[in-house]
Amino acid sequence: MRAIKAWKWTLPLAIFAVVVAFLYVGLSRDPREVPSPLIGKPAPQFSLAQLHEPAKTLGSADMKGRVWLLNVWASWCVSCRVEHPLLLELGKAKIVPIVGLNYKDKTPEGKAWLAEHGDPYTVSIVDADGRVGIDWGVYGVPETFVVDKQGVIRYKQIGPVTAEALERKILPLIRELERS
Amino acid sequence: MIPELGHFALILALAVALAQGIVPLVGAARRDANLMAFARPAAVLQFALVATAFGCLAWSFVTSDFSVLNVAEHSYSTLPTAYKFAATWGSHEGSLLLWLLMLAGWSLAVALRSRNLPAPLLARVLAVMGVVSVGFLLFLLFTSNPFERLVPAAPEGRDLNPLLQDPGMVIHPPMLYMGYVGFSVAFAFAIAALLGGRLDATWARWSRPWTTVAWCFLTIGIALGSAWAYYELGWGGWWFWDAVENASFMPWLVGTALIHSLAVTEKRGTFKSWTVLLAIVAFSLSLLGTFLVRSGVLTSVHAFATDPARGVFILLFLALVVGGSLALFAWRAGAVGGGGGFAPISRESFLLANNILLIVAMAAVLLGTLYPLFLDALNLPKASVGPPYFNFVFPILMAPLVFLMGVGPLAAWKQAALPPLVTRLRWALAVAVVTALLLPLAMGRWSPLVACGLFLALWVVAATVTIVVHRLRSAPQPTLIAKLRANSAAWYGMLIAHLGIAVFIVGVTLVSSYEVERDVRLDVGESIELGGYTFTFRGVEPKPGPNYRALAGTVDVLRDGKVVNTLKPEKRIYAASGQGMTEAAIATGLFGDLYVALGEPVSETGVAGAWGVRVYSKPFIDWIWFGAFLMAVGGFVAIADRRYRIAVTRKAAALAGARPA
Amino acid sequence: MTVRRFVATLLLVASAASAQPATDLAFDQRIRKLEEQLRCLVCQNQTLADSGAGLADDLRREVRTLAMSGKSDDEIRAFLVARYGDFILYDPPVKPRTWLLWFGPFALLVAGGVIWMVIVRRRRDGGGDDSPSGLLGSDAKARARAWLDEEPPGV
Repeated sequence: MRAIKAWKWTLPLAIFAVVVAFLYVGLSRDPREVPSPLIGKPAPQFSLAQLHEPAKTLGSADMKGRVWLLNVWASWCVSCRVEHPLLLELGKAKIVPIVGLNYKDKTPEGKAWLAEHGDPYTVSIVDADGRVGIDWGVYGVPETFVVDKQGVIRYKQIGPVTAEALERKILPLIRELERS
Repeated sequence: MIPELGHFALILALAVALAQGIVPLVGAARRDANLMAFARPAAVLQFALVATAFGCLAWSFVTSDFSVLNVAEHSYSTLPTAYKFAATWGSHEGSLLLWLLMLAGWSLAVALRSRNLPAPLLARVLAVMGVVSVGFLLFLLFTSNPFERLVPAAPEGRDLNPLLQDPGMVIHPPMLYMGYVGFSVAFAFAIAALLGGRLDATWARWSRPWTTVAWCFLTIGIALGSAWAYYELGWGGWWFWDAVENASFMPWLVGTALIHSLAVTEKRGTFKSWTVLLAIVAFSLSLLGTFLVRSGVLTSVHAFATDPARGVFILLFLALVVGGSLALFAWRAGAVGGGGGFAPISRESFLLANNILLIVAMAAVLLGTLYPLFLDALNLPKASVGPPYFNFVFPILMAPLVFLMGVGPLAAWKQAALPPLVTRLRWALAVAVVTALLLPLAMGRWSPLVACGLFLALWVVAATVTIVVHRLRSAPQPTLIAKLRANSAAWYGMLIAHLGIAVFIVGVTLVSSYEVERDVRLDVGESIELGGYTFTFRGVEPKPGPNYRALAGTVDVLRDGKVVNTLKPEKRIYAASGQGMTEAAIATGLFGDLYVALGEPVSETGVAGAWGVRVYSKPFIDWIWFGAFLMAVGGFVAIADRRYRIAVTRKAAALAGARPA
Repeated sequence: MTVRRFVATLLLVASAASAQPATDLAFDQRIRKLEEQLRCLVCQNQTLADSGAGLADDLRREVRTLAMSGKSDDEIRAFLVARYGDFILYDPPVKPRTWLLWFGPFALLVAGGVIWMVIVRRRRDGGGDDSPSGLLGSDAKARARAWLDEEPPGV
């Protein structure tokens, strides 16, 4: 009983220490980031018109059997310009097909943007009303998804693709997925 | 020149604060009167320096000195002068300076109004406040300097956030900070007691008025914030359980527990170590709130621009101050503790229940606020905790407390008997139950939640009436006036504050259950019915403002065919930022508000055609803030109690007599 | 009129008729209540009902479409959670990782009750150093002690 009595005075300090520990960890987290629940789940089905050839469509079924990237972009998106040089390099290296999802944009403006900044995409498709974006859990632009040969989403990059993310996460993952 | 003067004043203030923090503490430990006497002039000087710094920043804003970075980022040349002044605290750096000014102000007040405090106690109290000032001054000077220059000076500022260009902005932060920071006084008293190893009823008597005043200001500050959100944000809400709202509410809950606990310590010399802990926790929550807003750890509508480096600094400061205090508590609380016994049914036991319930409520709010962070830190899938959670948990925890509010004041100290209490209160209980069951029908729709809420509110009112009647009946004085005068201001203050809670609960209950909203497209001349009124949209016309362009709508409000009011909601675009804002138009009434806001133009004819209009009926919503106002009034009345003033004169006279001539 | 055009006209009429629920007050209020419990992912301090963000518009349209096709509130929530995670719900679901959140306060309440009983029992059995109030109440005694302990200034 004496032990409990003496111990109770330190309880507030102990509780506080736990709270501070969590706050410290919290400093390195981003509370605004919304992690995707689709990692490890099959990519949502879609079938959309292509940007450069509106008469043709591209569907999720067409990409089966290959590892590929889906990059969500728009001509009105400022951050997209930040990641664009990296995407161009990636596209030139022809490591994986990159499908561009032109999100909530106007086709003429989208085409003009690609003409001005370069086109890294194997194919670009048009999601004018954002419906397909919703299915993929898109909540901001740009976002990039890595999809494996079976059509399962394996990684989502929230925000612009950075050199670090490419080196540390995306490229190693692609290599691993290509092997399987 | 002026900004540099302000900067220099802050540096000097840091030196003074360091001295204020160290010298009197040494003096108190050594019983050296000269060292202890250093505290008061140091506090006065520190206030003068901080006030000077604040004045310099305010001057820079009012004169639109865009060579100061802070002014260039948060002001505009055509901003109305009142808002230019308010912009002084419209940024992270400026609001920290306001924090510091409040802290220095409270230190000054303690220094000037404590002639009757024993020297060691006063020395320690001011020293602790000095130490806290040191932390804030270091933070300001090293990471958040408001006087940083912009070279070359900007030709024009980037404007104060339009949401903040409002009378509420002028008054809400100062009030809130007065309260938030005011708990530092109770905190300092608690630390002083732990350091001195002695805590008695007179300690409680000294710290009680300071704590109550801080609590009053915090009450007003929170209420103003809520009212401001209501009429400024344009969506008719008044409380969102946002992280920063919670950050101000948690100290309020603990502060409420503290003023009740102090009552017990003052009257009966018991609950001592518990009261000390509450004082530490209340101010710790104030500091935690400061951390949460500025560190980027939680998303909040209030969050200032965040910077991880700042976050680490504040967390370190928090860990040192709070951790140090709690360590001191762990070490010394046993020495100050102890206290008398009391019966299971007694005023003490009811107040103990009050305290426990308030702490549990605070813990629930803290849990909900930090839970998303908790999950993220453990790499678990993220969740959001919002109003549905808090609105469910909090009322359940508070209901028993509100019920006890009717019983506690009737119970005698040390020992009370239950049967007489029950007998005295059965009339109040009956009235409350019957009225609560019937009133919802008068509002048009019966609901069990409304009945519960109304029961609690009416119970408090009926029980309070019972308390007053009982007190007057058993009073020995011959006349009613004499009987009324025989009661202390503290007693009346308690009654008013408790009634304030009842009024608040009525407002919350009725508006939550009976508010109605319609979001419709209205052509010019078209009407919509809501809450017994007809709202007719008369179109929109341009209206220029000092630093914005507006489209002002006109909506006629009719009842029984006659126009009873004309509301003018606006849609504004601010010149500097291009930011848009919705200004709602509100018809305030005793029994409810009518609230109209413009959406967007929805026809091909653009702004001259049809618009989306949101119309709300908010029954009894103003009772929420009126109730809070009553609570604060009750607090102020309680402080006016003679015993806080007489104690000064009696003791001073006694000391004067005892001192060698 | 060809069969095709006839069917097309029929469909047109049918769709106009099914557009009726869009103006139904109860339906609107149900949608609004649902949207008030969802978080906007762009303006993260606003509900989906109140936010002016583009994504909020899209999601509100989605919610309405789902509701009009007969989905229940739970199904609509499940749809959104499948795409955005629990983060989009302001009402955190009761799962093992939120047990502490949902049951914690009530556990604390019970614990508080227990603590209250323990303290009250201890104090009733005469815990503490309070002497029965004689001529001097504990308050006045403490003041006397304080005056006696004070050193005259100047020492």
